This record gives sequence, C-alpha cells and structure tokens, in this order.
Amino acid sequence: MHMERGVEVTDLSIWYGQKLVLKNVSLFANRGEILGVIGPSNSGKSSLLKCINRTLEFIPRARVEGSVRVEGLDVSAYSAHSLRRKVGMVFPLPVGLPLSIYENVAFAPRMAGIHRKVVLDELVERCLRQSALWDEVKDRLGMLGSKLSGGQQQRLTIARALSHEPEVLCLDEFSIAVDPVTTMRIEDVLTDLKKSITIILVTNLVQQARRLADRVAFINDGKLVEFDLTDTIYGEHPREKLTFDYVRGHFG
Amino acid sequence: MFKETPWVRRKFAVERLVASLFALMAAAMIVPLLLVVAHLFWQAWPSLSWEFISAFPRNNLKEGGIYPAIYGTFLMVAISLAITAPIGILAAVYLNEYARDSWFTRIVNLAVVNLAGVPSIVHALFGVGAFVWITGRPCILAASMTLGIMTLPVIIASTKQSLAAVPMAFREACWNVGASRWQTIRTIVLPNSISGILTGVILQVSRAAGETAPILFTGAVFFRRELPQSPLDQSMSLSMHLFSIATQGGQVPLSIQYGTAVVLLGLVMAFNLGSIVLRIYFRTRKKW
Repeated sequence: MHMERGVEVTDLSIWYGQKLVLKNVSLFANRGEILGVIGPSNSGKSSLLKCINRTLEFIPRARVEGSVRVEGLDVSAYSAHSLRRKVGMVFPLPVGLPLSIYENVAFAPRMAGIHRKVVLDELVERCLRQSALWDEVKDRLGMLGSKLSGGQQQRLTIARALSHEPEVLCLDEFSIAVDPVTTMRIEDVLTDLKKSITIILVTNLVQQARRLADRVAFINDGKLVEFDLTDTIYGEHPREKLTFDYVRGHFG
Repeated sequence: MFKETPWVRRKFAVERLVASLFALMAAAMIVPLLLVVAHLFWQAWPSLSWEFISAFPRNNLKEGGIYPAIYGTFLMVAISLAITAPIGILAAVYLNEYARDSWFTRIVNLAVVNLAGVPSIVHALFGVGAFVWITGRPCILAASMTLGIMTLPVIIASTKQSLAAVPMAFREACWNVGASRWQTIRTIVLPNSISGILTGVILQVSRAAGETAPILFTGAVFFRRELPQSPLDQSMSLSMHLFSIATQGGQVPLSIQYGTAVVLLGLVMAFNLGSIVLRIYFRTRKKW
C-alpha cells in the first residue's frame, strides 16, 4: 500500500556554531501514522522538530543542510507563517499565553483572519474536546489559561496546536509535566487524531513510543541508529545491537 | 526540641542588627523629601492662592500670579511628549523585537546610550544650532524638540526594558502557531508591557517639566505680556521663571519664589502620581 508522506527528512544535518548536533538523518512520517522518535536527552531530537517548522531559524548561529519536506513540499518553499500553521508544535513545558482559555485556543485562527464568533466558538470547543480538556473547562472558558494546573495547561497547548488545523502534529516530550492519568488520556487522543493527520512524537519514554508509534526512529548522539517499524525496533531482532539494548533499558 | 546554641543566638542578633540598619537607611529616604516639601510650603504659604496660579504677574513680577509660566510649561511638555513618545516607543519596539545583532543596531544602541549621557546644557546648545535654526527664532516648538532630544534616549531605554520583561516563551508560542511578529507584538507583547512603557514615558515627562537649561535659549522667555498664540511663539515657563526670579537679587518676594517652586513640584508630582495610577490600572490587567 502506498502511504502519503506527511514529513520526509533527507540527509539532514544541523550545526550550532561549530558543533554538529544532528548528522545525516533520513526518515519519514506517513499520514495516518505516528512516528516515534526515541533516544537519550541531548541527542538532537528536539532540533529535528525545530527544522520541521523552521523555528530553528530563531537560534543564532544554527545551520542546516539537507532537506525537510512537509506534505511533499520543501519547508523553504512555504512562508514561515503558513508552514507553522501546517505544523502544530507541543513542547515539554506548556506555555499558556497570557490570555483566557478561550482566547488561547482562538488565538491562531484569529491571527489567520477568522473572526466570526460562531466559527470560533465551534472551533474552540472542537479543539478542547480533541485535547480531552473540554469537560474540565467548559464552564470557565474566560479564566486565564495560566491558572490551570500543569497537566491541563499541557492539554491547552495541544488544543492550541490543533486550532490552526495542522497537517502535521509534533509533540516534544509532552508528558514531562503531566500526570500518568492525563498522559493516558492524551495518548488516546493521539491515537484518534492520527487517522487524519501525521504525528511525530519525540519521547524519552521508550514504552510510550512502543504503545503509540507505527514506526520508530532511534537517535543517539546526533546519529540515526535505526529507523523501522515499531515491531521490528522492539522485537527480538532489531538491526542494531544498540537499539536492542536501549529499548530494554540496558543502556543510557 | 530545638535548642538555641550560642551560635544560633548570635546569628539571630546579627540578623536583627543588619535588618534594622537596612530599614533605617530606607527610612532615611523619606526625610529629605519631607523636609524639602515642608520647607517649600512653609515659605510659599503667604503667596499661595487661586490668583497665584490663575493670574498674570504684575508690577515687574513682584505681585500677581504665574499662570503664563504654568501654561507655557504645560504646552512645551505636551508638544515634546507628542513628538518623542511615538518615536521612542516605535524605535524601542524595533530594537527589541525586530533588530538582529548587526553593526546597524550596535550603532543605534551606542547612540542611545551616549545621547542619554549628554548634559542638558549641551542639548540646549544643540537645540539652538538645530531647531532654532530651522524655526528661525526661539519658540515653543524648538524648546519642545530640545526637551524631546533630551528625553528620547531614556524613553527608548526604558521601553526596551519593559518589552524585554515579557517572557520570550510567549513570543515563541505565538510564532509556533503562525502569528507574524507584528501580530505577536500587538496581541501579546504590547498589552503586557504597556504599564512599564507608560511609566517610563511619564517619568521623562516630569523630568522635562523641571529642566531649565534646554529651554533657556530655545523658547523660554523671562516675561511675556500675553499667552503664546502658536507653537512658534515664545513662552514663559515655570523652571525658567523660577530661575530668573531667584537670581534677581531679592527684588521678588521670597514667597513668590517658593510659590513657583511649589507649583513646579506639584506639577511633577501630579505627573508621577498619574504614572502610579496608570501602572496600578494596567497591573490589574496583566495576565501572568
């Protein structure tokens, strides 16, 4: 079966100044699948995500070689704004904008020129439902987003990342500040979401990738060690011994 | 149970000593202000009246009021504010939100810092050479622009500081959902820094109101029989008025001199009070 490539990374290398943080990485994420990216901290996983929505450009002295394609088109072919609307991002620590819960979710659509209240109301509710937050906040949408608990704020940022109807959703260790119950709920949300979009899940939790991902990329020390179907990576015979050791916790 | 050793007792004694020393120094700040204000009011009392702030001076400034000086100061400060606040705030937004580190921004920042350090009398001479030369003669407009040049760098610096106080993470969160820089500034950065920006601007306004040197040669006059009709007229001003009557060798009654000082001080304090009120108002709307 031919799958549509949501994201395709080819020979990607990233330098911060003289320091090479990612070396010749090639991988892809299909629409309708979740790509799990695992590996120890500081291995270059987050930098990879920053290339996908071109926020790496904000880092002084960062340099990129190779190509990243989103929905078949090189990221440099998009304007930064339209690219970032196509790619939703969720970071380890939630950043609630200093706005109400409602406005946090309505922010991106507003910035894209959607102002009709009916449309926004509907969109806010849908995104908050998708991020499993609606029931907890539906009676206090006017409250400041930053007054929510850590786990709720993280779901709020997921709602915000969904609010611009992205084709690709990247999550960078979203569960660091979230309790296990909420984590499970978000994981259910992701499983549901992957039917319609491409999801890239960067995680330190080896088992989380195993639970959710269809394919897994193992990155260690800036290099792609192995990239294969989840069953192969976690099975008895991954191609690399390093992968075998890492997913079983013998290393790192 | 916790037992107080001599060491712990000594620690607490030192703590109390140090804390009260600091508190004493802090309290010392109030003393000069109270003394100055009390002394001014005491000396000015005989001449303080409604007439004093609403009438023209009479009898060679020895009687009557100082209304034209109040009017002139107000006008100069208002015009100077109307010129510098937009320029200063927009420049600071550019420097803090848009500019990357380049030779251009380094030169601009260097200029801002150096301009802030120039003594006010040098600004006055610059005002004569530049603004008075443009307008053809000393006038309110030239004086306002000279005051503006003096306050501009400080407005830029304080505005930049207020903008920088807005966490970078907010901007990144906005950019990540596809907002442009200007959308981010308009919806997130400015609303959350406006109280600091306005405070900085108003403090400069009160400084401008009190300065004598920059307007000395550029637009303020010793005495004028009527109110200025346009910004191209000259005008009396409070600081200039105080300076001239205080240096006239005791011909003007002391209470009028002190009265002028009280009015000037009152004006400056009113501005500062305004900035405090604004800050409180915007603080309550701050969202994090």
